[in-house]
Amino acid sequence: MRVYQFSEQPYFPAWNEHSGTLRVTFPNRKCDPHVAADLFHRYYDEYQLTDELGLDIMVNEHHQSATCMCSTVVVGLAVLARITQRARLLVLGYPIGHRPDPLRVAEELSTIDVISRGRLDMGFIKGIPYEIAASNRNPTELMDRFWEAHDFILKAMTTHDEVFNWEGEFFHYRQVNVWPRVWQEPHPPVWSTTGSTSQARVLGERGYVMATLGTGYGTRRIYDAYRKSFVAKHGKAPGADRFAYLGLVAVANDEAEARRRGDLIAGYVRTSPIVALPFRNPPGYLPPEDQARVLRGETPPRTFTRSGRVINMQTATIDELMDAGVLFCGTPDRVYEQIVAFCDHCGGMGNLLMMAHGGELSHAQTVDNLTLFAREVYPRLKAFKQPDAEEAANAVAA
Amino acid sequence: MSLTEAATPSLVVSGTRIDIIERGAGRPLLFLHAENGIEPALGAIEALAKGARVIAPTHPGYGRSELPKGMRSVDDLSYFYLDLLDQLDLRDVALVGVSLGAWLAAEIAVKSTTRLSKLVMANAVGIKVGDRETRDIIDIFALTEKEFIEIAYCDPAAGRRDYKALPDAEVLAAARAREATARFAWNPYFHNPQLKSRLHRIRIPTLLLWGAHDRMLSEAYGRAYAALIPGARFEPIERAGHFPHQEQPKVFAEKVLAFLGGK
Repeated sequence: MRVYQFSEQPYFPAWNEHSGTLRVTFPNRKCDPHVAADLFHRYYDEYQLTDELGLDIMVNEHHQSATCMCSTVVVGLAVLARITQRARLLVLGYPIGHRPDPLRVAEELSTIDVISRGRLDMGFIKGIPYEIAASNRNPTELMDRFWEAHDFILKAMTTHDEVFNWEGEFFHYRQVNVWPRVWQEPHPPVWSTTGSTSQARVLGERGYVMATLGTGYGTRRIYDAYRKSFVAKHGKAPGADRFAYLGLVAVANDEAEARRRGDLIAGYVRTSPIVALPFRNPPGYLPPEDQARVLRGETPPRTFTRSGRVINMQTATIDELMDAGVLFCGTPDRVYEQIVAFCDHCGGMGNLLMMAHGGELSHAQTVDNLTLFAREVYPRLKAFKQPDAEEAANAVAA
Repeated sequence: MSLTEAATPSLVVSGTRIDIIERGAGRPLLFLHAENGIEPALGAIEALAKGARVIAPTHPGYGRSELPKGMRSVDDLSYFYLDLLDQLDLRDVALVGVSLGAWLAAEIAVKSTTRLSKLVMANAVGIKVGDRETRDIIDIFALTEKEFIEIAYCDPAAGRRDYKALPDAEVLAAARAREATARFAWNPYFHNPQLKSRLHRIRIPTLLLWGAHDRMLSEAYGRAYAALIPGARFEPIERAGHFPHQEQPKVFAEKVLAFLGGK
């Protein structure tokens, strides 16, 4: 198993000053750039430690938000490409349907891949609903733009001997020729995220690495949808390395300290949904049938515990988050057991996207959390034998 | 009456099937519904049918009407309706639209008035009046439905819908209306930057009706719009907001029919 350390790089000092929204319309007056600078440098120090400890790294972006200061993944990747030595650098993700210019995206990512000497993992994502307000991209055609941008970026990265022409539905170029040429052949690995079985089927067909977050012990259903379409297309079962899962991780030598850390890191899941109502569900973001259910006040439950109970991430207790496989928390032995049990539930999950920092967890606590995980848990996870991939795929087919 | 429950006649125009209803007799009146769909317009359609042959299509993407791939602007919709006018061979048509439907009417009329005799636009959107930092049209997608209804209607009770009690088809229609409106009006927001400089081409008698309690658009916006169309008249409708045809269907129809009857 690979483990990617991830922090949203939150501006937590303003979390108690909002009136109902931490995103989109929360005034940036609440952000003191001097405090933000200190936080950024601290977060990059922690990423540098992550690299030294032998773990991999994940970055993301959100917009107009105190929950995540990183508003452009390229800046984070550029810093990391230079200050880290060996970690894989996963962007999960780049909301390419929102970007005005996919040629620019291809150039940026190729450059990152070259500077990092081939360490880039390239996650393309739709973006959560709240990002629409910032980009002002038409939500009703976002996925069509996404796939055209995806097709264009991959073609731009894999065309080396002549310029090419592109006159698509959304993007127009006549002389495409990306310099520098991408390091990894044919192009950096493609990842994406989803919470739906329909999108999982699409990703399975393409064989991309698929990540879910917040799906807890409801994850298997989504993985199985991927397995089914992967087998249909590729004629074999997808390995555990095709699956990724975002989990909060709090490790300490005693349970009480681990739970304190878990509680602080869970600040992420508690603040993440604090956003003014209209921005949560832009028109066209969901299909009309699903929108109709939302109008009726019916929202499908997303996070399930091991026993199938639905939990509300915003109000859940530490124990509920642990029951749901959202938080892996305790001494190194306990955390290892929890992660392995979750892998078994999934039928194999080869990439843990680990939030070992979140919310108001201090630098000292983060350093200790990362170090303890890397020394006591990670070696055992690397040695862990994933559930048999063929068996998991056969179980879906049956 | 509920359209989505009953069997509604449909028509295929340029390969796209849409719902279309026809009421009354006499001179043809093509009614173009607002962004909230055909259902809230049924009262006005019945009232208009007392003095005209009302033809009321459900726009592509709304209700059960198909939305062809690639149709993404009110400009695209206007060509669809020019095709519809040709296909039905309608002449001396009174073109009547509300809000997004009024914008659509203007987009049709700047292209060709060959089949049109008169134009009525109520609480029309479609142009940019203020400077780049002045929001002419409230950002309805940044409001909850409750907040929207409070600014859009004179009497908010007229706009409230109980989705839990409505039939499935109507809830789905509401969801499709929201999506289609975003498709056509998201960016640029509820306007076509080119339209303003084309409005001088409308050389048929034009009436701008204005629900006086509209707080999504200002009356100043409506008057500026009217000033750009040669000879256009402007008439407020009291006790109505952004959807005057829905809040005051009888007054709305009387004003339209009086305008059509006049010289």
